[in-house]
Amino acid sequence: MNTKFNFSKIAFLAFFIAFSTALSSCKKDSETEPEIDPNKKGMLEIKFDNIVGQDDFTLGKDYQNAAGETFKVDLLQYYISNIILKSENGSEYIVPQEESYFLIKEHDENSRNIQIPNVPEGNYNELIFTIGVDSLRNTMPPAQRTGVLDVGVEGAGKEMYWSWNSGYIFFKMEGTSTAIEPTDTNPNGKFRYHIGGFGGYDTPMFNNIRTISISLGRDAAKTREEAMPSVHIVVDILKVLEGTTQISLSEYPTVMVNPFSLKVSENYMKAFEYHHVHNEGHE
Amino acid sequence: MAFAILFFSCQTDNDTNPKEKFAFKTPSNFPKPTYNLQENPITLEGFELGKKLFYTGILSRDGTVSCGSCHAQTSGFTQHGHDLSHGIDDKLTMRNSLPIQNLAWAKNFFWDGGVFHLDLFAISPIEAENEMGETLPNVLQKLRNTEGFESPKTDYPLLFEKAFGTKEITTDRFLKALSQFQLMCISANSRYDKHVRNENTNENKLTTQELKGLELFEQNCSNCHSTTLFTDQSYRNNGLKIGNPNDTGRHRITQNEEDKFKFKVPSLRNVEVTRPYMHDGRFRNLEAVLDHYTDGIQDSETLDESLKSTLKIELNQEEKEAIIAFLKTLTDEEFLSNPILSEF
Repeated sequence: MNTKFNFSKIAFLAFFIAFSTALSSCKKDSETEPEIDPNKKGMLEIKFDNIVGQDDFTLGKDYQNAAGETFKVDLLQYYISNIILKSENGSEYIVPQEESYFLIKEHDENSRNIQIPNVPEGNYNELIFTIGVDSLRNTMPPAQRTGVLDVGVEGAGKEMYWSWNSGYIFFKMEGTSTAIEPTDTNPNGKFRYHIGGFGGYDTPMFNNIRTISISLGRDAAKTREEAMPSVHIVVDILKVLEGTTQISLSEYPTVMVNPFSLKVSENYMKAFEYHHVHNEGHE
Repeated sequence: MAFAILFFSCQTDNDTNPKEKFAFKTPSNFPKPTYNLQENPITLEGFELGKKLFYTGILSRDGTVSCGSCHAQTSGFTQHGHDLSHGIDDKLTMRNSLPIQNLAWAKNFFWDGGVFHLDLFAISPIEAENEMGETLPNVLQKLRNTEGFESPKTDYPLLFEKAFGTKEITTDRFLKALSQFQLMCISANSRYDKHVRNENTNENKLTTQELKGLELFEQNCSNCHSTTLFTDQSYRNNGLKIGNPNDTGRHRITQNEEDKFKFKVPSLRNVEVTRPYMHDGRFRNLEAVLDHYTDGIQDSETLDESLKSTLKIELNQEEKEAIIAFLKTLTDEEFLSNPILSEF
């Protein structure tokens, strides 16, 4: 390959980054940024911070949606999968699929920080990922459903799988709302949003697989062998009920295997936003 | 150990290599299996483990329900005499249990086809609150907890080691073992099969009436119950009066309006012993089933095209009797009494 060209390109890039870094007030020191060696590998962290508006999201706390309903959430968890990192120079790092499934659980802080190993050094300014589980994986036998996808493990696939209509639940939010009229079958005003549906095995059906791209704007997550950047994504839980379509909990207390779920997944796509990046490697 | 001995003692001939005899064989009049046997090669040990799991109550919350509770071999692996199968705490399910036979050729499972891989099938009955009322992680844990148990109790980790090499009990191994047992439930030795394979002896030669029934069957029924498997594995609305309005059949899975009240075309193998009939067991006998097709079909938006124009299949009493006589040739006594598949 043309190493000379690569070298000059990298040198230029390094110079440019060093220059722009000097201008950035975020940097704690004026140390020159290390050069990128694409043969070296490092890590990249993605943190998912569930929020409500401007505030941190808390399970069991009262919130109000756009429909004016007061609600609290008891359980919130969702799959993130098939992550692709795009760098400033246009190159892509596709996380190996077997290692690219994560279950983000509000009640488990560790689960909210995804650390991706073996990432080639680079300045990554775009993340692409699926909220949910791709259709192919949904059709595989149990041997190919390990880790967070294992349907026989509590805290993993067990709670995120429909066994009678085989497929993963991509996004699960449960709670209560004072706006939901208590009934014999729902005495506590519970709402249950279990969003899944991978498009059907041999008959087309609704598909809630949502893939989104998140730009870091002018920022970049600078992965180096010795430095792990941390990208913070905020997920605004209110958007689940109003991202595109305003949804009333009293009108829709239960959304599961139902085409209406398309509205919910369309909504929560809008909940994911880039917030900031830490390039020091650790907080 | 006792099981293994029992198994070997069932071998009737002088076969010196029981493992080879045991191997999955596609009957000569059957198509290629749908199940990928290379992903789960059947072994004697895996099959024996699967059989233990099939017949143990450990799979249910309180130990009272096993797979065999709703799938009894002598009734073609269905629950005899129940319209709706019932599970734990005497709770009724929504449907009549389907036979476990020839599943290696099945594309989808359940009356609505909600599961598309045999290995994924068992999770649903285990976790349904009106079937076994358990969770898969709990079942796996209960099995792990049997380590060191002595006969007559079962040490499952030991059986997993024999089947898969180590004592580890995983989702994958558990489900594969269950599949191995179910895959071996092959029914292909009915009098009809022997007729097709030209294995006619005087004893199993089809009678004139049965042959007449076969001809009528091919003219009137095999459009859906297409031969060899006796199902085309499609979902159709056969004009039943709506029973449970919440059970919309295939529609529950796909949510497509055009799938409302469509159910899987069931195989008719061993149909003589799998009564009652239909997804909700509404017909007590085969006569009632045929009466439905001649006189009971209800029109609806999703009624199958093949029934739409006339709303009936034209058959007189003699023809019905001939068809029923033919259907009884699909009874496979060897399968229904095969000792290697039986609980005891």
